[in-house]
Amino acid sequence: MLDIRRPIARLGHNVIDGVWRAGTMARFFGLVLASSGTSFSRFRLVMREVYFSGVLSLIIIIVSGLFVGMVLGLQGFQTLQKYGATESIGVLVALSLVRELGPVVAALLFASRAGSAITAEIGLMKTTEQLTAMDMMAVSPMARVIAPRFWAGIISMPVLSLLFSAMGVFGGYLVGVVMIGVDNGAFWSQMQAAVDFQYDVLNGLVKSFVFGIAITVIATFEGYDAPPTAEGVSGATTRTVVTSALTILALDLVLTAFMLRAD
Amino acid sequence: MERTTIDLWFGAFVTAGFVALMVLALKVGNLGAERAAETYKVEARFDNIGGLKVRGPVRSAGVLVGRVSEIHFDNEKYQARVMLALDQRYKWPKDTSASILTSGLLGETYIGLEAGGDDKILANGDRIAITQSAVVLEKLIGQFLFNKAQETPAASTGSAPAASAAPATAGAAAAVVPALAGKK
Repeated sequence: MLDIRRPIARLGHNVIDGVWRAGTMARFFGLVLASSGTSFSRFRLVMREVYFSGVLSLIIIIVSGLFVGMVLGLQGFQTLQKYGATESIGVLVALSLVRELGPVVAALLFASRAGSAITAEIGLMKTTEQLTAMDMMAVSPMARVIAPRFWAGIISMPVLSLLFSAMGVFGGYLVGVVMIGVDNGAFWSQMQAAVDFQYDVLNGLVKSFVFGIAITVIATFEGYDAPPTAEGVSGATTRTVVTSALTILALDLVLTAFMLRAD
Repeated sequence: MERTTIDLWFGAFVTAGFVALMVLALKVGNLGAERAAETYKVEARFDNIGGLKVRGPVRSAGVLVGRVSEIHFDNEKYQARVMLALDQRYKWPKDTSASILTSGLLGETYIGLEAGGDDKILANGDRIAITQSAVVLEKLIGQFLFNKAQETPAASTGSAPAASAAPATAGAAAAVVPALAGKK
């Protein structure tokens, strides 16, 4: 009897806990927005965080963008060759990057590179009672620590995603035109004919913007909510990466479904 | 105001983002000079538009002269109403004909314009009267098979007197392939 009830009880406990956390996270998000004034009056705080989460992520974003573009080029060439349409390789690389891979892969990298760092930093600040000390000095940790990181993430994410897409297209160009020898003019002109600025590029930008909000809210919340122990911080960091990855992919599905138009 | 290294990095970061956006807009996307051209709208009705899409190209002599701006279904005439946004630089006679064509076997569907001989020119809001619908490949093959199937029994009665309907159709299908290739 006991054996059957326990897993069910645990499942119910996890569900209730999840709903509880979601509610707390929503309140946390509202609190971050409410205490964002300092981030703009002292914009240097945000710039410092853009440096740590955005500029320092540049290398991984640029290199992976280049590799993803090159792989897309090689794989696309394999398939397109069968149909004698190798000139369309530019279209394939550009559309898949600008619409999907750019925002999504850049967001996944950002979550694991910068999101985990934010959680660990805030979690350790909480563990060493720096946040409490700030509160005692009448400095709001929300305004001084959390909000700047939130806005830095919103600024960094679209920039990183754009760079990822641009580097990916360049990688596709390297493989398609330089290595394989697809005609340069056909490569670019077919790409330009197929990629629409508003529909493809701007929608990709909207996606990365939404992902930026999601990642930073999750990362700062997990850090702020972490149990003040070494174990607690490590668990929070892991949860940040897992939760943001799942959130990004789920949001991507929803956003794509909204953005797709039937014409 | 004092300058710090963080300012430099922040500036470089945001600039890199703008450069990437410009590259994606101008080099990868279609936000080039083409969008800037002034257009006027002309209507055309088709029985079947095939795979034509909004923002599809309108070409004449292979040159891009406009884009498809809207596609509607006319529920009174049961036809497709297509609005064409034509480049202001090009003027067309009133009796210009529009046909729906495909570039290559798998290529995109576009509207081809063929100029007529009228003195008056098409103005904004006019209608192109002479149109030709898309060629539906299935219908074409079906028609061809039907014609062939009617011919074959008479021609092949000598060689296969007991031929049933099934081999006759198979023979017709085999005849289609070289005939289509020969047409090209």
